Amino acid sequence: MSRAWEAVIGLEIHAQLSTASKLFSGAPTAYGAEPNTQASAVDVALPGTLPVPNRAAIAKAIRFGLAIDGQIASTSVFARKNYFYPDLPKGYQISQYELPIVGRGTLAVRVDDGRTIAVAIERAHLEEDAGKSVHDAFHAETGIDLNRAGVPLLEIVSAPVMHSAAEAVAYMRTVHTLVRWLGICDGNMQEGSFRCDCNVSVRPAGTTTLGTRTEIKNVNSFRFVEKAIEYEIERQIRAIENGETIVQETRLYDPTRHQTRTMRTKESADDYRYFPDPDLPPLVVTSADIERERASMPELPGARRARYVAALALPEADADQLCADKATADYFEAVLSALPGEAKLAANWVLGELAAALNEAQTPIEAARVDAAALATLLARLREGVISGKIAKEVFAAMWNGEGGADAIIEARGLRQISDTGALAAVIDEVLREFPQQRDACRGGQEKLFPFFVGQVMKRTRGQANPQQLNALLREKIGLETA
Amino acid sequence: MNLDHATVRHIARLARLALPDGELDAVSADLTQVLHLFDELQTANVEGLNPLAHPLDVTVTLRDDAVTETDRSETLLALAPESQGGYYLVPKVIE
Repeated sequence: MSRAWEAVIGLEIHAQLSTASKLFSGAPTAYGAEPNTQASAVDVALPGTLPVPNRAAIAKAIRFGLAIDGQIASTSVFARKNYFYPDLPKGYQISQYELPIVGRGTLAVRVDDGRTIAVAIERAHLEEDAGKSVHDAFHAETGIDLNRAGVPLLEIVSAPVMHSAAEAVAYMRTVHTLVRWLGICDGNMQEGSFRCDCNVSVRPAGTTTLGTRTEIKNVNSFRFVEKAIEYEIERQIRAIENGETIVQETRLYDPTRHQTRTMRTKESADDYRYFPDPDLPPLVVTSADIERERASMPELPGARRARYVAALALPEADADQLCADKATADYFEAVLSALPGEAKLAANWVLGELAAALNEAQTPIEAARVDAAALATLLARLREGVISGKIAKEVFAAMWNGEGGADAIIEARGLRQISDTGALAAVIDEVLREFPQQRDACRGGQEKLFPFFVGQVMKRTRGQANPQQLNALLREKIGLETA
Repeated sequence: MNLDHATVRHIARLARLALPDGELDAVSADLTQVLHLFDELQTANVEGLNPLAHPLDVTVTLRDDAVTETDRSETLLALAPESQGGYYLVPKVIE
């Protein structure tokens, strides 16, 4: 971006609350059902039906409010957002407008460049999703599937306080981690459970008046959000520098071209005529409701991350990765509780060997084929010197393949490290006898030959020599200074 | 305040009402009348009163998060003018 301009970005994130039934009806919310099989009389807006709010959706909104230190409204109001579209059967969407359930809060966001920014969240309100229009499956007609209609959403509205695509994506990731961590949204972006509208404007650097903004609708991946915002910032700067004016409009992102294009402009713009829904009296949240949620709140990702750095002395990058989702952090802690004081070793294995195996098997950590207790046993043997790091990886692979626990595999395969100095010394002597020239050269200063001897000994002991012991003994026998 | 024709057309458009030009005068007079009633309401003293979101002094009743509805799509789809393959059909929507 040209340094003469500053971008201003705000995001509206729609997180689908993970309830079994809809926001206002007892119809199921499961993804992927046959069209319209999960749309009740309320969802299709038959006359005479009335909405009744889902207690669990309210509770999940409260949890989010607590997590961002937001103001939780003792009284909030459902309002009708009026517009006509075939997948909105009532002709209005039930949402919240003047009095949302969650008011102003804030979220600490770590950006890739290492900075932490505080992103103000203006509000988070409850609303129902619309149905889905299918445009290409029918000749000259549009098909409507109302299974999504009435599914509970929490719309999380940030203040326009971000200034780059990187900041916006970091914020979006932080919210994504948080809602999954709280157990209020599954975060599945392919299924549309977590999606985002981006409001973007630019202004001359150093000024404070907001420029005219455009809104990019319904972007459903982190990468697309980044690309769409980057493109939009450049487009607006170019337009202004060419003497054009930015038109307030809604734009669509085209992921194949990495461009945004006009969807509708202000002239045809939204005039939703919100008013309180007469079918729904005010929603009252008592302090008992709030305290009940507070009592079951987990340690939040930001706090846990900070604890890993401060109390466990983990590098920030490790703490970030471990706290990317709660299941990973919980797994790590379970390993650590069986292996006190070995945070770095546990982190290395959870983020290294285990993550690689999970990735290869396309398995979530909850279904890991090696559980935390089993991994802790393996790492304990490594620490005790029973096996080397290299052998530990072999044992891990065998554990992953279902061959049993660490101890059983070590015994069955005879992988116990040779810590008997006598046995090791005999092998070293044998090697040095076989390669006298190399031995003399090494002794004479060509230390680059040293690894050759290590390799020879390892080969003959099938990797079971204790590396530290081998090193020390080998240096001694060749006649090198001990390191 | 008197509603001009452009505003009346806009309101009709938002409500998806077809309003023949011949009726513009009458409708704008009617709506202006309604606005005058609101002007009168505006003169009421509401000092110290909170805005009312609902006419009755009640709060909303909540239900537990349980699936209580079964699939009645066949019955519901049969109410629609047109359906096919489990979808409601509407005239082509082009964005």
